[in-house]
Amino acid sequence: MEVLGHLLEGIMIALEPVNLGLAIIGVVIGLFVGAMPGLGSVNGVAILLPFTFVIQGFTGGATSPMIFLASIYYGAMYGGAISSITLGIPGASTAVATTFDGRPLAMQGKAHVALMAAALASFVGATISNILFTGFAPVLASVALNFGNPEIFALMLLAFATFAGLGGDDFPKTIFSICFGLALSAVGFDIISGEPRLIFFDIQGFSHGIRFLVLAIGIYGIGEMLWTINNTRYGSSMSNVEVNFASIVYALKKFKGAWKGTLIGSFIGFFVGILPAAGATPGSLMAYGITKMTSKDPSKYGKGEVDGVAAPEAANNSASTGAMLPMMTLGIPGSPTTAVLLAGMVIWGLQPGPLLFANQPDFVWPLIGSFYISNFVAVTVNILFIPVFLWMLRMPFTILSPTIFVLSLVGTYAAYMDMFDVWLMVLVGFGGFFMRILDYPVAPAVLAIVLGPIAEPTLRQTLLQYETPTIFFTRPIAGPITVCAIILILLPGIQFAMRKMRSKA
Amino acid sequence: MRRAEIITAFILGIFSIYLMWKSGDPPAWNPSVPRFANIGFDETGTPGSGFWPFWLGFIMLICTIWIGMNWVLKRSPQSVSEEPFLDDYGKKMFLTVGGGLIGFLIMIHIAGFYGAIFLFMIYYLKFLGRHTWLLTLIIATSLPVVSFFFFDVAMRIVLPKGYLEPLFIPL
Repeated sequence: MEVLGHLLEGIMIALEPVNLGLAIIGVVIGLFVGAMPGLGSVNGVAILLPFTFVIQGFTGGATSPMIFLASIYYGAMYGGAISSITLGIPGASTAVATTFDGRPLAMQGKAHVALMAAALASFVGATISNILFTGFAPVLASVALNFGNPEIFALMLLAFATFAGLGGDDFPKTIFSICFGLALSAVGFDIISGEPRLIFFDIQGFSHGIRFLVLAIGIYGIGEMLWTINNTRYGSSMSNVEVNFASIVYALKKFKGAWKGTLIGSFIGFFVGILPAAGATPGSLMAYGITKMTSKDPSKYGKGEVDGVAAPEAANNSASTGAMLPMMTLGIPGSPTTAVLLAGMVIWGLQPGPLLFANQPDFVWPLIGSFYISNFVAVTVNILFIPVFLWMLRMPFTILSPTIFVLSLVGTYAAYMDMFDVWLMVLVGFGGFFMRILDYPVAPAVLAIVLGPIAEPTLRQTLLQYETPTIFFTRPIAGPITVCAIILILLPGIQFAMRKMRSKA
Repeated sequence: MRRAEIITAFILGIFSIYLMWKSGDPPAWNPSVPRFANIGFDETGTPGSGFWPFWLGFIMLICTIWIGMNWVLKRSPQSVSEEPFLDDYGKKMFLTVGGGLIGFLIMIHIAGFYGAIFLFMIYYLKFLGRHTWLLTLIIATSLPVVSFFFFDVAMRIVLPKGYLEPLFIPL
């Protein structure tokens, strides 16, 4: 009952005109960002993070900026389906699975059915995960309140281990990426001894450290855009869509048959979303696979099955809320977008982690309330504005890309008023572009940059306090977490050995 | 792609060694401390300031050697890829777009943010996007104007204006 009371209060605050207005603007931006091929929620959140300082300046708290960014995140999850269905190009990796059946439906002249199914399944998925989140978050936060330095470091290790073990990318490149991110987060002053360190080439700009925003905007605003231009070559072809009252009623009737995929997607998405490194993309692919596997006629999938659109869309929305759970309760982001949100919370002066629920209820509950509100806003805006988004999708990439470049440069300068950071951001973007071509995963580096400032002090303070690294194995909570992390790190090696043994047999 | 993979691994390996070297820097106020004295534990049992970055650099170096071994043994997709790292389109795109961004940055120091945005948009829209002059001028003019009223006027975030500063004084 106490949770319900908090939630109700939170929803009332989220419904205040300023917060509701920000949620609507955020959802609209998110829908557009999600719909644009090459841009995803992480790009939108990273590029617009500097603008939240302005919102904080006006409203005086961290709640409104967070509601704004969380709404972008939500909107982007809805928006990804629009381009997957109409262009056949996923707006974001989270909407890849939506293409499998969404595109064939569009090719059959049933794009409106696919778009409606995507919107409604997204709504159901997000609502179910919001309810699960509201139930789980306070419990997990109260358990995490008993965590000390060894437990926190063990959790960090687990987050990195899941990226290495389950990420599916090249193992040494993933480990390199994690260490690279951690090393960059160590540039500047050592917070324990106060010594300046890693001032590369004695350039004084490095003495204030490499700021997270510089890296995030560089990677997602410049690097990803260059990569998208290189891959798409500015081209796309759109299916015709007719949206009118009759087509909406027809689409609603069709959606009735997609309840199974929607439910499977909602639950799988939430629990996969909680895992660091997993998140919405594998969640939506798994939901699609399981829905197909459990179907009476799997051969229909890939040819325009409505359930095949509903399952991944419910899953990616559900996963986006699931990824917020470890971020808010443990201070560990479950996806690159939540890593940016976490960094935003730190910049706004909050301390993410279990104490957030105890010390900042006036931040936490309005935010959770805004999840429910943003979900209503997103489904309404999505359905009402489908024709507008289709029109916007026709915007040539040669107009969108320079606008994003300008936003990235201006946003970086506005955040820190330092041209060194703007130059560094562009150079990081170039580096990110080359790394992306060579399949160096960037998401683990982003996660590491955010978690580095927590991981290093907790490791060093643990070693100072207990004088032995075995403490990570002997404490009742840290021990199992550390063992799990080690197993996950060794997982690719175990899989490799098993494959070898099988091939020999 | 195959050559790019090993060259990149080599460059990243060099960076890892540089990172390890920099981690061992003695403190600026006491240069007599030997290099690498801070990468282990001090007398109180606390890891020194270079401990964390040094060992991260070490792991990065191991990873680059591992990537190199995968390349030699042709075990990674990039090490067996026949595709070019950047094809002709990619090279041209990187030179024109990346070069445009560097030009944009240089122009910020000369013409300020708003002048640079105007010039960058003209370059991108007209010469890379091949849009009409009318559309180009509408977007290239409106973007810096909107940015000025948003940042300088509404938000009081003053962006650099370079040599165009006198033009903004009446505003």
